[in-house]
Amino acid sequence: MIKFERYILSNGLRLLIHKDFATPMAVVNVLYDVGARDEEENRTGFAHLFEHLMFGGSINIPDYDEPLQLAGGENNAYTTNDLTNYYCQLPAENIETAFWLESDRMLSLAFSEKSLDVQRKVVSEEFKEHYLNKPYGDVWHKMREMAYKQHPYKWMTIGKELKHIEEAQLQDVKNFFFKHYTPSNAILVVAGNVETEKVLQLAEKWFGSIPSGEKYVRQLPKEPAQTEARRMEVKADVPLDAFVKTWHMPSRLERGYYVTDLITDILGGGASSRLYESLVKGKKFFSNIECYHFGSIDNGLLTIEGKLVKGVNIEEAERAVNEEVEKMKTELVDEKELQKVINKTESTILFEDMSVMSRASSLAYYELLGDAELMNDELQRYQSITAQELLEESKKIFNENNSNTLYYLSKN
Amino acid sequence: MSVVTEQLNRSIAPVIKDATEFDLKLKPYDKYVLDNGVEVYAVNAGTQEVLSLELVFSAGNWFEQQNNIAAATNYLIKNGTKSKTAFQLNEHFDYYGSHLSRGCYNETANIVLHCIDRHFATHLPVIAEMITDAIYPQHELDIYKQNMQQRLTVSLKKCDFVAGRLIDEYVFGKDHPYGVYSNKEDYDALQQEQLQAFYKKYYTEGKCIIFAAGLLPADFEQELNRTIGQLPLNQKEIPTILHPVTSAAEKKYRIANDPNGVQGAIRLAQPFPNRHHPDFQPVQVLNTLFGGFFGSRLMSNIREDKGYTYGIHSYILNHISTTAWMISTEAGRDVSEATITEVYNEMKDLREELVDDEELQLVKNYLIGTILGDLDGPFHIIGRWKNLILNDLDENYFYKSVNIIKTISAKELQELANKYLHPEKFYELVVV
Repeated sequence: MIKFERYILSNGLRLLIHKDFATPMAVVNVLYDVGARDEEENRTGFAHLFEHLMFGGSINIPDYDEPLQLAGGENNAYTTNDLTNYYCQLPAENIETAFWLESDRMLSLAFSEKSLDVQRKVVSEEFKEHYLNKPYGDVWHKMREMAYKQHPYKWMTIGKELKHIEEAQLQDVKNFFFKHYTPSNAILVVAGNVETEKVLQLAEKWFGSIPSGEKYVRQLPKEPAQTEARRMEVKADVPLDAFVKTWHMPSRLERGYYVTDLITDILGGGASSRLYESLVKGKKFFSNIECYHFGSIDNGLLTIEGKLVKGVNIEEAERAVNEEVEKMKTELVDEKELQKVINKTESTILFEDMSVMSRASSLAYYELLGDAELMNDELQRYQSITAQELLEESKKIFNENNSNTLYYLSKN
Repeated sequence: MSVVTEQLNRSIAPVIKDATEFDLKLKPYDKYVLDNGVEVYAVNAGTQEVLSLELVFSAGNWFEQQNNIAAATNYLIKNGTKSKTAFQLNEHFDYYGSHLSRGCYNETANIVLHCIDRHFATHLPVIAEMITDAIYPQHELDIYKQNMQQRLTVSLKKCDFVAGRLIDEYVFGKDHPYGVYSNKEDYDALQQEQLQAFYKKYYTEGKCIIFAAGLLPADFEQELNRTIGQLPLNQKEIPTILHPVTSAAEKKYRIANDPNGVQGAIRLAQPFPNRHHPDFQPVQVLNTLFGGFFGSRLMSNIREDKGYTYGIHSYILNHISTTAWMISTEAGRDVSEATITEVYNEMKDLREELVDDEELQLVKNYLIGTILGDLDGPFHIIGRWKNLILNDLDENYFYKSVNIIKTISAKELQELANKYLHPEKFYELVVV
């Protein structure tokens, strides 16, 4: 049970406080309700590029990192297709430094040409390092384009192409900032060795006077239901054939999301999972195989992905995968196996909640979903899931017309 | 009556307490000795009812006669015992939501359990069984060989992976445990009997030490002693093996791995003494300033000013007997050479110029803040202890380290830079 208090400043900024006196540290976490899904199709990769620019100096403070490090703090940030999250941890005595820094960059950035110029290059190198210069690096680029026709999940967080990043202009940066980086689009979580009174006073002092800004109203096209199977075959300079197949799945707040989460654990959660046992150990078709999803807020993709043992025919391998999937639709998962994946979920939640930093970012995330209190009901939701629901949800999801199959074949 | 509103001046930083004023304390461990002489170091703390239990064996690749024996023995310890198949073992841990991992390093290899407290006692007999009754089935070994070879062919396509192997070889030599790496043929050569023999000598009758952390259950010590404490561990002496370092004569290398590669993996390294050398701790401060954190000289220049890379880091490798000082980055193919030039410029600057007070204070505060943050929670604390104990050090080393961070001067840092940061001392490698 994670306890917290919620306040809303007059400019609309949501503030959550979570106290933990066992640590000498404090965490300040600022989540902005903007991700790659909010980008325009001809300006992709922007939410993430922007995250980099948030460290390039704000209106009154030339450098973000230095003063924080001087106060004994550390920080980082991440961008996903759904959101952008910034967090820093520092000795609790120095917490005001974090308020000062975070509030100034919410107020306004410095918008320096130099920072944009450098970060365009840095992000281009990041793009190359993770997606171009790696075997199989463009798998998700291709898969997203195949699976999504309308919804902006069709591009990756890093962007659709390098060109979009290279061409980013300062005016784009400014527009993006004033549209999304406002108190009404942000959630501030302060956690650790802190007192409510002090936090409220600091929040009011540093964030209270920032103009509220316009609340961004998200209007994304909903991905239409897929009505026929999509397939793609790619030949690339990779040593092994890879098989990737996805199915559209429910969105984050639907009950079906939780059911799907358990389905992925049954099929692909570790060395006792079905796909591993039957296809890596039994049939020896794959050298590794996984089943997972990205935890997307809008409708995501349940994914089965694996690399084939050299010499195995990929169509035969796909048939073997489909047999396992078929079982999910026709046979009830037995009580022991269901309990196993629920136990795993309980344990994952407990371990995640060990660090105050992780608790702070989870609170922000659940508040973004609608209510931080959801965090405390998660386990119960999983515990109430029945084998019958797994069967029903499997029938809905594992429909060939709802699937996207990518054969990523070795040229050699 | 008039109200004067105090205008907030956002350009002035709030007053801070210098992190160097913080009093850092390393929470002491509890120590037990089990009936068989196995030492247990435990940190009982935390907020959640979970724990970690790490059994560390002297079973790293230091002790193997042939490449990959140690790693394969460690990996397959979970793949079948006299009474349980690999699936049954995995299912046993998975059913309770527990996680049993294993890892093989140079001097040591481990088995690590993470679980919710209430399942702890259930797992212990199964872990004991893995230590005494693992059988290394031939079919499991065959699958392991095949899949590891496949994984290797994929990894060898990556410039960073190839660079990591080669730089270790240049610094330590191919025959040294720190410099050796796996080839496809090494997997072919693995024999079931070799694994079984290594297992018996270094696990079943091997030398073990245990590190535990979390909110430990009341019967923790008793349960551990009833199971692990009754195994034939720590009864025999482990052989002392010496591995001489043979560094390469040639210092500079340019390797073409992928004709279409868009980045170069750059590694610069020089041999460096271990933690017992008096320069080791002060050099940690110099290294932080040089390339050890986001605000470092290397990062500020090469990422934040030039944009040549997504990240560049320097660090001392975490080895026990001897080590190396490493600089590592992936940079654009066209700017790889320029990146190396800039690294050397930064070395020159540290040799020739005293670091100013403000930057020195920043590095000190950052380091102390990091340690403070890193002492948060039982898993982090036991990690610190483990590192000390396996390196044959105690808490005095920790406090000395903190003291050095707080008191080191710009002049001392410059002297160290003049002693170590010379381009000609470094092996230099680019893999595209």
